[in-house]
Amino acid sequence: MAVEILYFAWVREQVGVPSETIEPPTDVRDVAGLIAWLSTRSPGHAAAFADTGRLRAAIDQAFVPLDAPIAGAREIAIFPPVTGG
Amino acid sequence: MTTVRVQHAPFDVGAELALLDRLGGGAVASFTGIVRGQGGLVELFLEHHPVMTAAALQRFVDEAEARWPLVGATVIHRCGALAPGEAIVLVATASLHRAAALDACAYLIDRLKVAAPFWKRERFADGTERWVEARVEDDRAAASWQDQPSRAETRAVQR
Repeated sequence: MAVEILYFAWVREQVGVPSETIEPPTDVRDVAGLIAWLSTRSPGHAAAFADTGRLRAAIDQAFVPLDAPIAGAREIAIFPPVTGG
Repeated sequence: MTTVRVQHAPFDVGAELALLDRLGGGAVASFTGIVRGQGGLVELFLEHHPVMTAAALQRFVDEAEARWPLVGATVIHRCGALAPGEAIVLVATASLHRAAALDACAYLIDRLKVAAPFWKRERFADGTERWVEARVEDDRAAASWQDQPSRAETRAVQR
């Protein structure tokens, strides 16, 4: 099923687009797997996702750990740790 | 009364606090974050996830109200391009007692720092730009609220 992927901050800059709608293969089951699969899409994706320790994610606007399953997700956001306030 | 807003425009701290003053709680605590101009900073740009941010700020206020007896709370966060000296965030709380107001205010700003989907990019006079890295101390400050009772709760137990 197609899912909208959102990128923020330097992840967005390195990937080169703020969002994209994609259909991950069925063997991609969690956020970490999605990130690994996305890494193969372009050199920009590969650069943005080189160090998963610097990445955080949210599924349908709720923060999730990278091992969270993505089944049923409509929106998945990938970004650096937040720095508000 | 709670106010939660994310906006480009500046806010008037005095006017916002006056709204809380009028609720009659007797204790109003506030924190204003100001953009620092050190190191030749000329612009701080705040990016955010609009839908997620609005929900997150409301959730933090709900958490604070569940934890402390507040009569009002205000959280206003700026987004977009800000100059040094501009106010970036206002957290204010009103209660019948100072401990609840102070603790709830500190709690809200700690939560905002680590759990609101904002990212800051700094631009300097020499043209360089960099994204602000998250700080471990901020994570610790936010986590500490989960591990221990608030100061108000501790005082109540000691009495």
